[in-house]
Amino acid sequence: MKIEIVSAAFNPWEQLQAYEQTLTIPRSKWGAVANFVGTMRDYNVGDTVKSMWLEYYPGMTEKYLQTISEHALTQWDILDTLIIHRVGPVQPGDTLVLVAAWAGHRAPALEACRFLIEELKSRAPFWKKETLEQGSRWVENHTAI
Amino acid sequence: MTIVVKFFGSLREEIGNHEVKIKAEQPLTVAQVWAQACDEVPLPHHIWTAVNMNYVEQNTLVQDGDEVAFFPPVTGGSDEN
Repeated sequence: MKIEIVSAAFNPWEQLQAYEQTLTIPRSKWGAVANFVGTMRDYNVGDTVKSMWLEYYPGMTEKYLQTISEHALTQWDILDTLIIHRVGPVQPGDTLVLVAAWAGHRAPALEACRFLIEELKSRAPFWKKETLEQGSRWVENHTAI
Repeated sequence: MTIVVKFFGSLREEIGNHEVKIKAEQPLTVAQVWAQACDEVPLPHHIWTAVNMNYVEQNTLVQDGDEVAFFPPVTGGSDEN
């Protein structure tokens, strides 16, 4: 299990591959890896978004992500999980979040991955402030699935 | 007793402060901590609250040395619409 908050741009596919190489469970045991990659768009609710500031609560954010990862590992028959989330200044096209779950079969991998990203989005302490062409605004919480 | 109070997101900007310390003679609830830190303004209903980095209700009792946080609903991940 790995949880990381990063303040610099990261390549989710390189991170996924690098983490897989650290897994002690042999590749022949995991038949499935499900992942979700979230990327910053350059628009939101009809406006062009030029950049974004991602704030978090150091300590609590990691603690919450650890809690949901541990829950996923007990709730589903999965082997491991990975969450990486960006903070600080972000540009359109940058990866915001990577969530992955490894399992012997696809169903638990997909379900655990879905659980982790939905819990992260609805309860993990992160806040977004968008810079628009004119002015800036905090993003309010009424997200679409 | 001394309590550390933290604010995040838009609330941090509105309050104009990320962190304050308050002193109290007797145990306070989270809502009373807010009132003492914010000039007796009632705690808005939509604000989320945490003590020692765990989500709590507004009527939770706070102990000496606790860290109490107030913040707006969270907006992590991606996919806003």
